[in-house]
Amino acid sequence: MEAPDTIIEIKGITCRFGDMAAIDNLSLSVRRGEVVVIIGPSGSGKSTLLRCLNALEEIQEGEIIIDGVKLDHTHKQVHKIRLEIGMVFQQFNLFPHLTARENISLAQRVVRKRTRTEATQIAHDLLTKVGLADKIDAHPAQLSGGQKQRVAIARALAMNPKVMMFDEATSALDPEMVGEVLEVMKSLAADGMTMLVVTHEIGFAREVADRIVFIDSGRVVEMGRPENILNNPANPRTRDFLAKVLS
Amino acid sequence: MDWLATQFAILADIFYYLIQVVHWTLLISIAAYALAVICGLVFGIARIWPSRPVRLMAGAYINVLRGVPLLVLIFFVYFGLGQIINLDRFVAGVIAVGVCYGAYMAEIFRSGIQAIDYGQHEAAKALGMTRWQTLRHIILPQSVRIVVPPGANEFIACLKDSSLVSIIGLRELTRAGREYASQHFLDFQTWLMVGLIYLALTLTLTRVVRWVEQRVAISGYGSARHNH
Ligand SMILES: Nc1ncnc2c1ncn2[C@@H]1O[C@H](COP(=O)(O)OP(=O)(O)OP(=O)(O)O)[C@@H](O)[C@H]1O
Ligand SMILES: [Mg+2]
Repeated sequence: MEAPDTIIEIKGITCRFGDMAAIDNLSLSVRRGEVVVIIGPSGSGKSTLLRCLNALEEIQEGEIIIDGVKLDHTHKQVHKIRLEIGMVFQQFNLFPHLTARENISLAQRVVRKRTRTEATQIAHDLLTKVGLADKIDAHPAQLSGGQKQRVAIARALAMNPKVMMFDEATSALDPEMVGEVLEVMKSLAADGMTMLVVTHEIGFAREVADRIVFIDSGRVVEMGRPENILNNPANPRTRDFLAKVLS
Repeated sequence: MDWLATQFAILADIFYYLIQVVHWTLLISIAAYALAVICGLVFGIARIWPSRPVRLMAGAYINVLRGVPLLVLIFFVYFGLGQIINLDRFVAGVIAVGVCYGAYMAEIFRSGIQAIDYGQHEAAKALGMTRWQTLRHIILPQSVRIVVPPGANEFIACLKDSSLVSIIGLRELTRAGREYASQHFLDFQTWLMVGLIYLALTLTLTRVVRWVEQRVAISGYGSARHNH
């Protein structure tokens, strides 16, 4: 049987912090191989949405189905569902006491139960892919921001995730390093990876996104093809936001 | 001159007498400290475990043991528990000092673990690692450098407090000092010498701790070799 077209199905989820709903009855579905760019003002719930998908935050209502498996917080094996999704953080969150190779191979060995040889081989291949084969034995402290983020991407990819999520992966970088990370993300998209990308890089969104989702106050305000959303936003809030980020 | 020579002879005699039991002081301290490290790790981790009953239990252990004088604890273990199970002096002393220092070590481990950026926990979680795997591979290796300086200082404190075990008749440094002083009526010289030996031990240990601290600091991120 062919795999169904939809890989992520979000049905009316709500995620509250105290009384405040950071995600408010939000629905969204993502097709296999689709690149969805999520934009929205600060505090609109972009990070929270990604974190819910990775079970880093708990949802109070609705449901999330990832590749046919319902995400269940009470589930003891939540960490297994979690590893189907790769996550790249704004602050990289590399493990400072481990080299690039160890950063990439650790979870492969303890979670995916690969042998050291296998894991190292994969680490090497992925570092080559992100252009850092020569940094395999470097510690994070010896890497630039852009290099750290590329190692972090390789680390997430090593788990063979079905989906990759990026939460402002370039926001903490010096401007001259943004490009190298975006290049890696573009090549992933070109390889057919399903991607959820929170970013303020409108150029990237225009070029790579299959769909742009604008969210505000934890709700999807508007979504569509990049050219439609970016050139002819229907909603005034989208227009305001774009006017600000594009100016 | 005669007087000085006599004094030296007395001190030398005391030194010779005491040095024969100094290994007991070291043994109690080392064994108690090893127990303290184990208790500290277990209860330090339990103190911040997600399960509330586990946290409460660890909190109780820490608060009770830090709130009771060590001397009372030694009496309790040796005489109190001694009525139920037969503990020899050494074992009783090690248990009392060990669990007491375990409470202090637990707080040190807890703060060492909590000092690690929460992003590290999240990254590990996102990679599908369990809590235990995260602790073992990510958090504890990074906590080591935070925990070592205060943790090692506890060993020095532990060594000094091992003198309390003399009260239940274990012949370590302090006990031997009491024996010598009461046999020879040379309190001043005896206690001076006991103090000097403790001081020599703690000063030596302080230097060792400094050295370990520097080792941990130097093998910082970027030059450390980690073999898994
Ligand atoms: N752990 C938390 N506890 C309480 N409130 C939170 C928590 N995390 C997020 N929030 C709140 O939820 C709302 C959405 O936050 P979120 O981080 O998802 O926004 P965002 O769209 O990612 O913003 P930014 O662009 O600034 O990263 C905000 O109002 C934020 O203050
Ligand atoms: Mg955010």
